[in-house]
Amino acid sequence: MAGGTGGGETIMATREFAAHEAHAHAAPQGFIRKWVFSLDHKVIGLQYYFLALTAVFVGMFLSLLMRIHLIWPNIHLPLLGDIKPETYLTLVTMHGTIMVFFVLTTAPQGGFGNYFLPIQIGAADMAFPVLNMLSFWVTALAFIVMLGAFFVTGGAPLHGWTGYPPLSAVPTAGPGEGAGADLWIISIALFCIGALMSALNFITTTLDMRTKGMSMMRMPLTCWAWFITAILGLLAFGVLFSAGILLLLDRNAGTSFYVPLTVFSGQVVAHKGGSPLLWQHLFWFFGHPEVYIAILPAMGLCSQLVSVFSRKPIFGYKAMVYAMLSIGLLGFMVWGHHMFMSGMSPYSAFAFSIMTMAIGVPSAIKTFNWLGTLWGGRIRLASPMLFAIGFVSLFVSGGISGPFLAQPTLDIPLHDTAFVTGHFHLIMGVASIFGIFAATYYWFPKMFGRMMNESLARLHFWFTFVGTYCIFMPMHYAGMAGQPRRYSQFTELHYLEKLIPLNTFITFAAFVTIAAQCFFVFNLFWSMKYGKKASDNPWEATTLEWTTATPPPHDNFGGRAPTVYNGPYEYSVPGAPRDYVMQSDPTTVAAH
Amino acid sequence: MASYTPTVSIDDPATTTGANGGGSPPSWVGDGDDFNSPPFNARLRRARLGLFVGVVGIVMIFVSFTSAYIVRQGLPTFDSRTNSLVHDWVPVPLPRLLLVNTCVLLISSFTIALARRQAARNAALTQVASIPGVSIRGDEKISWLALTVVLGLTFLVGQGMAWRELAAGGFYISATPSSSFVYLLTGMHGAHLLGGVVALLIAGLASLLHRPAQSQLILLDVTGWYWHFMAVLWVYILILLEFVH
Repeated sequence: MAGGTGGGETIMATREFAAHEAHAHAAPQGFIRKWVFSLDHKVIGLQYYFLALTAVFVGMFLSLLMRIHLIWPNIHLPLLGDIKPETYLTLVTMHGTIMVFFVLTTAPQGGFGNYFLPIQIGAADMAFPVLNMLSFWVTALAFIVMLGAFFVTGGAPLHGWTGYPPLSAVPTAGPGEGAGADLWIISIALFCIGALMSALNFITTTLDMRTKGMSMMRMPLTCWAWFITAILGLLAFGVLFSAGILLLLDRNAGTSFYVPLTVFSGQVVAHKGGSPLLWQHLFWFFGHPEVYIAILPAMGLCSQLVSVFSRKPIFGYKAMVYAMLSIGLLGFMVWGHHMFMSGMSPYSAFAFSIMTMAIGVPSAIKTFNWLGTLWGGRIRLASPMLFAIGFVSLFVSGGISGPFLAQPTLDIPLHDTAFVTGHFHLIMGVASIFGIFAATYYWFPKMFGRMMNESLARLHFWFTFVGTYCIFMPMHYAGMAGQPRRYSQFTELHYLEKLIPLNTFITFAAFVTIAAQCFFVFNLFWSMKYGKKASDNPWEATTLEWTTATPPPHDNFGGRAPTVYNGPYEYSVPGAPRDYVMQSDPTTVAAH
Repeated sequence: MASYTPTVSIDDPATTTGANGGGSPPSWVGDGDDFNSPPFNARLRRARLGLFVGVVGIVMIFVSFTSAYIVRQGLPTFDSRTNSLVHDWVPVPLPRLLLVNTCVLLISSFTIALARRQAARNAALTQVASIPGVSIRGDEKISWLALTVVLGLTFLVGQGMAWRELAAGGFYISATPSSSFVYLLTGMHGAHLLGGVVALLIAGLASLLHRPAQSQLILLDVTGWYWHFMAVLWVYILILLEFVH
């Protein structure tokens, strides 16, 4: 069919068509079309970014309440009153959900990916701008629905961000498990739809919209990271969506996919025969790739920054690409390591354990390549670079406890202790957040045309870097000493009394670290208006976004597609007039 | 400037282009087209690629349902009366009506192919008809697009009737584990097919909305692929429900 009519189709580039298209791409004028329901990937990127910024403050506030409650369980807070045990579980649930979905998944991919993927590959926009707009608004709607869970009868759910049934499947199981839990599931399902549409767009854009000369192996590693993240999202979010549909049916249609014969407070529930393990399998088949969805964009960005600010080509470009691909691939084969405690054949556990430890290999390749890039470089310690190096540090110290937890024999005592909390906060939480910070400081000049204040950025870095280590490192010790996760109160447990000073220290470190984020927020908004004017290429980087105006015009390149002649990391090139060669610099071709 | 070696790639950009993965350069580069307005072929290719990527996402949804379906079949249930583990999987007798529905959907897969051909022809003729003095007689008697919409809706109504038949026989959604899956799989498939019907309606309205014929053709083309996928998916679901016990 396609071949049969192809001849007729080729003659159809008519004036009518061209006029229609030019109209579609003209910069919109009204406020609504320009800033609210915008089709421009740059505006949508900023929308995602500010959605994540809002979400991160909600999530951070919830975590602060948790830390306060852990140390002073009987404190009476102004406006909020007492924190009851079930309220504490609500805080745990909503903190985790908001941070994982609306911050770590949203900002690095939806925010910076949307803004810079098309520019870095030399495209005028994403492949499907309307779909892109829809992705954002569905995600924003999901966030509003999620926050809505706080305000319904019974409040927000308390089943944790992992939502294990039967707790999450039986509306009578707890105070937040009625309407709040329904809203939680609907929000997650909406988020999945938004993420799937976004993944589709990213993949098509990367494959089909690259400009002349931009072969796959000339793409900046950031683009590779966004591309692989999109593939992971495409394969993972559909599974979470399915799991959510089954959970909704169990709650509202009386099915028994997840709920076995259960007794809740003396009452037998009207389900039987379901398997809670089914949820765990489906959830973690999504959940483990989700970890890489959060961290891969930060890895790509870190590779970019380490190269730019060391004035050296990235060490092992191809190895970096293949390492990311194999991390993505292996990420789909290890979900069982979240379920060692759920009852699993030792043979399965062994296989999952081996696969999990195998991820250490590509991770080590990446780490050594970052160090290899730094080695002997003329390092410029600007604020984006500080955060990139901070990322490497957190990636190592948070990642090294992964192989510990990958072993069933060690995981069984450490499971559901603060050790796990410390581990995944360092690697998935703080490391990704450092990626977001680095990206903000790095691309702020391109996005807003001004530089951020460097002194404030340095203060922000040191407080955050030291602060997060002070928060999450001691958690490893607390976990090894037996402090469980998700317990609202441990101060009255005799065997944990000795951990109270350590936990007090963690809480104070959290106070200081959160307060230090004021440096960032102030710097962000102040610099938009009063920052030093930025040149088109303030960091002397080579990728395409630095060839265009600051901020970029509506179609990114002013109507002319750029042509690419070089790889993305041509720094300190012998014989070149400057110490870097732009990707679009044609003079280099003469040498070959 | 002659002595340095790019570290990553030394391909001549004239021979290596991104958009076609090493094939011919994207037609909108260098052929005088505006950077902002890719020609029809590039748009069609992009839309098809997007659709195939999207189909992968939908496949993952049904892969998870399939794995749940198969795992649940082998799962014993605790029976509180006998205090033992029993197998409670009761196969659902599928209504015969589903075979009729299957035929309707398969026929609609043909009609949408014809609808697409018709749209391509119309789009081509529009060019000729716009030349002064040339008139094209509308010799197409049937709107295959409208027929496809009708067949699609017939299928959905038929599925609804099959549901009622099932419920009348005692197999409502929460009755047995197997009936839950029947409703789940048919329901999710129906919801996705409804999306295809909506896309067809939008394509049908394109001429009323004064959208260019090419945009209509692209929409119809990808909806056609989607529709074929829906037909294959339905046959798969039917086989799964009927034969995998």
